[in-house]
Amino acid sequence: MLSDQDRIFTNLYGLHDAGLTGARSRGDWDNTAALIAKGREAIIEEIKTSGLRGRGGAGFPTGLKWSFMPKEIGERPHYLVVNADESEPGSCKDRDILRHDPHKLIEGCLVASFAMGAHACYVYVRGEYYNEAAALQRAVDEAYAAGLIGKNASGSGWDFDLYVHRGAGAYICGEETALIESLEGKKGMPRLKPPFPAAMGLYGCPTTVNNVESIAVTPTILRRGAAWFSALGRPKNAGTKLFSISGHVNKPCNVEEELGIPLRELIDHYCGGVRGGWDNLLAVIPGGSSVPMIPKSVCDTILMDFDSLRDVKSGLGTAAVIVMDKSTDPIKAIARLAQFYKHESCGQCTPCREGTGWMKRVMDRMVTGRAEIAEIDVLEQVTRQIEGHTICALGDAAAWPIQGLIKNFRPLMEERILAYKASKSTPKMAAE
Amino acid sequence: MPKVTVDGIEVEVPAGSNVLQACEAAGKEIPRFCYHERLSVAGNCRMCLVEIEKAPPKPFASCAYPVNDGMVVHTDTPMVKAARRGVMEFLLINHPLDCPICDQGGECDLQDQAVGYGGDHSRYHEAKRAVVNPDLGPLVKTIMTRCIHCTRCIRFSTEIAGVPEMGATARGESMAVGTYIEKALSSELSGNLIDICPVGALTSKPYAFVARPWELKKTDSIDVLDAVGANIRVDTRGAEVLRILPRLNEDVNEEWLGDKSRFALDGLKRRRLDTPWVRQNGKLVRTSWPEAFAAIEAKLAGVAGDRVGAVAGDLCDAESMLALKDVMASLGSHNLDCRQDGASLDASRRDFYCFNTSIAAIEEADALLIVGSNPRHEAPLINARIRKRVLAGKFPVGLIGAEADLTYKVAHLGTSAADLAGLLEGTHEFAATLHNAKRPMIIVGLGALRGDDGAAVLAACWKLASATGMLTSEWHGFNVLHTAAARVGALDLGFATGKKLAQMMNGGVEVLWLLGADEFDTSKISSNTFVIYQGHHGDRGAARADVILPGSAYTEKNGTYVSTEGRVQRGELAVFPPGEAKEDWKILRAFSAMIQKPLPYDTIEALRVRLEQVNPIFATLDVLPRFGCGDLTGPAGDATALSSTPFLPVVANYYMTDPISRASATMAACTEAHAPAHAVAAE
Repeated sequence: MLSDQDRIFTNLYGLHDAGLTGARSRGDWDNTAALIAKGREAIIEEIKTSGLRGRGGAGFPTGLKWSFMPKEIGERPHYLVVNADESEPGSCKDRDILRHDPHKLIEGCLVASFAMGAHACYVYVRGEYYNEAAALQRAVDEAYAAGLIGKNASGSGWDFDLYVHRGAGAYICGEETALIESLEGKKGMPRLKPPFPAAMGLYGCPTTVNNVESIAVTPTILRRGAAWFSALGRPKNAGTKLFSISGHVNKPCNVEEELGIPLRELIDHYCGGVRGGWDNLLAVIPGGSSVPMIPKSVCDTILMDFDSLRDVKSGLGTAAVIVMDKSTDPIKAIARLAQFYKHESCGQCTPCREGTGWMKRVMDRMVTGRAEIAEIDVLEQVTRQIEGHTICALGDAAAWPIQGLIKNFRPLMEERILAYKASKSTPKMAAE
Repeated sequence: MPKVTVDGIEVEVPAGSNVLQACEAAGKEIPRFCYHERLSVAGNCRMCLVEIEKAPPKPFASCAYPVNDGMVVHTDTPMVKAARRGVMEFLLINHPLDCPICDQGGECDLQDQAVGYGGDHSRYHEAKRAVVNPDLGPLVKTIMTRCIHCTRCIRFSTEIAGVPEMGATARGESMAVGTYIEKALSSELSGNLIDICPVGALTSKPYAFVARPWELKKTDSIDVLDAVGANIRVDTRGAEVLRILPRLNEDVNEEWLGDKSRFALDGLKRRRLDTPWVRQNGKLVRTSWPEAFAAIEAKLAGVAGDRVGAVAGDLCDAESMLALKDVMASLGSHNLDCRQDGASLDASRRDFYCFNTSIAAIEEADALLIVGSNPRHEAPLINARIRKRVLAGKFPVGLIGAEADLTYKVAHLGTSAADLAGLLEGTHEFAATLHNAKRPMIIVGLGALRGDDGAAVLAACWKLASATGMLTSEWHGFNVLHTAAARVGALDLGFATGKKLAQMMNGGVEVLWLLGADEFDTSKISSNTFVIYQGHHGDRGAARADVILPGSAYTEKNGTYVSTEGRVQRGELAVFPPGEAKEDWKILRAFSAMIQKPLPYDTIEALRVRLEQVNPIFATLDVLPRFGCGDLTGPAGDATALSSTPFLPVVANYYMTDPISRASATMAACTEAHAPAHAVAAE
């Protein structure tokens, strides 16, 4: 259980002033120049030792990612791009950072940009986050006015500009290369990798794309030290993390907790428990819509961190916990997700373009049971044909929820099909 | 060079290659739809998946994966096969099962690869996607339900054609390829979309439902509707030319073909001269070959040799021009002209009238000046090559002439010959650009040479080339861009002697023999002149003729053509000429016998031996050796007598430049779709 003095996001609920004065009173912008004075290598090294893993879903070590940027600035400028296109169903953590603690993000942008040799940073905000983009822009304006960013940012000697860019509402633009394409003014379609953004990113220049939360925690890590951060959580899953818990809990909420907290504790302590008690739990999608669901038997003991969830063939993702109690029709729930992925597929590569539509249509029939039992296997095979065969991870994200459903609720699906058949088999007519 | 092992076969491939190229080098065929070696890599069809050792255990798109030294690739593992089968299944679920009525049938990548990777039945029981077909104009037919979203057409339009009209709207399953706003494609290379489309989504509109590929006889030939000498394949069934496709020739047309060359073929069936005609009492009447020859013989009797002349047209093969020259010589005439447009071409040296740099070497140049030419309309394939070079970077292009959208950025330096002065004096900044370039080149169009000061412009351009380092022992940067396929061959044969066309028209001759010459105002020929028209279309020349001898079009004869770059190429007879029409050299051979002065060759082989005797260049079939410029002496002409009259466009309407395209209904439809309204109204 995380103690209050170890919390990084101390204004997560917007109870205090989100403006510069409030942020300063919470310790933000406190001698930022001293953080920068540590030097590029030292900052990257500190982040590496802290064990911070990317908070956007994949959990790639952030310090390592930063170190992929060229050491020297060559002919092409470096860029930092912050991914605030938080569109994963269930996830709403970045939203609270943007509206209640924007200065943490801005300060993090400055420090991270300096560490990577970037003089410019773009924050790509999800199109639907209108108010959040406005709140961020207000904070950026404040920071410029106070000399915290801009020429000689915070008196550090580093020139730094930050631009807030609003997306137009496409889920796929949260994929880092699609985000870069969109930022360049093109259609949001993921790029082929290699080359990776660190070599050829925004406008063909070295670029790092980081999640809002990953960037926002860096100033605090640098202030309090890597040892403090890595002492939290579990080995290889260090630090604190924002969890967004939604669904059938008594009090859905966003909360900052240590990685590795037991799921049950997370739900019982912060969310007032599952609606109708723990025994009424059916299943949980632990990391946003893209990861496979875990049944109650796993939920009983599972720890909420990257590696524990990977071991049960699910994932931490963005730590958006979607709780489903026994009133839920899991087939219908996953059918809705299948529709989402069909709608959000960019259409670029074959397996995802054609496969998401196929899965959606079969899932729609599965909801009512209007299918054959053998089609469950076909559906499973279709998900395998998509998984790992696409340019970006949207194909995987579309396939995994269905795989999770079949793995955990196959008997229910068969039952539904048989029930439908029974309801339709009328006695033979005399005329026949 | 990195060494790659593909299925146990070790190959060395150039650095920067992708895995797909390495697999091909190892002789492994990789199925693909979106990958095309001349387009950027999209990597979206996911058909070319392979397994790579020491990489994450998943299949990789080989077209988009760069090779590394020591890489081990597998193309036939169970994982690869399963992945390809999966992708093929996805491609087929929304693809209509309309192969029996699809024009791509028999030459469809999807059909072919489905044989290798498709299942025997469909597991997809949902409703299939249906897509509305946009109208892309008179040439390209769309059935977008068949589209597999490979985006080759989009990349071709954007990258090769330089007219970014194609694109995809919407996303996911709803993604639809088309022009964003429905319109006719305005590129001169739009027909190539049909070739690069791997399925039947983009097919040929004029060829719709005409034939199946296995019914066609394929004949290799050379295009004559411009002077590029594009290599083509003529597809015929019976006596009909049904389709013309490009043939691969890296040095000339790569694998592209201009729309006129591809689609004007319906003009081969219309307005044809299929029987001899003689003018009697002011009206042309049908006649027979002996009577037509007799009429000419009777007219020639008593006419002095110097009072006879001949003009070669733009589509003529070298054989018939030589035969005509020999007939004229036997009549005692040296009045020969091939310059119907009156262009001042200096035939005294070959590099004064050829595209010396060669088309392929445009890619090696590093600066270009275009004078009096619009290559996009005069030679779209050369223009595509220039664009390719521009895209490669650091290639400044200057233009003196009418402003036009050439599909790449040009610095417009002026409109008339007088604007050359600044470059010659070195005062203009572009002169410095040319000076600083290592391999600069100049393209002189016929628009610059047709005026009264043509000789001066030619001399000035040579002088400029010489002064800016375009002429060295390794590099020849002086180029004349012709529009007539016959022109260079005619000049090589010395078909520009004696009286010029203008003199011949003004009563300089009593008998004028037009060999397919239609590109000048024949109504201005002196009314006392007896005109013989030998050709294949009832066009301007035939309208003025006193005797018409029906010849054959380029698809109907074995002919040798010399392209603007001086490349000697041969086309073969694909179909026989219609009706009474004959191969042109045979007509002349028969006539020579009629007048008791038989030509010394009875077969085309013998005639070709004679060609080589007249000019040894005709022995160098297909190959074009690279050459520099050893002699800086320029063509005759006063390089300072430059007028300020603006150069006029050579090609007013790309789609109609010759008797064949003028007779084509397809080209008429294109003209209607693209020509400015006032131009149509004026005709």
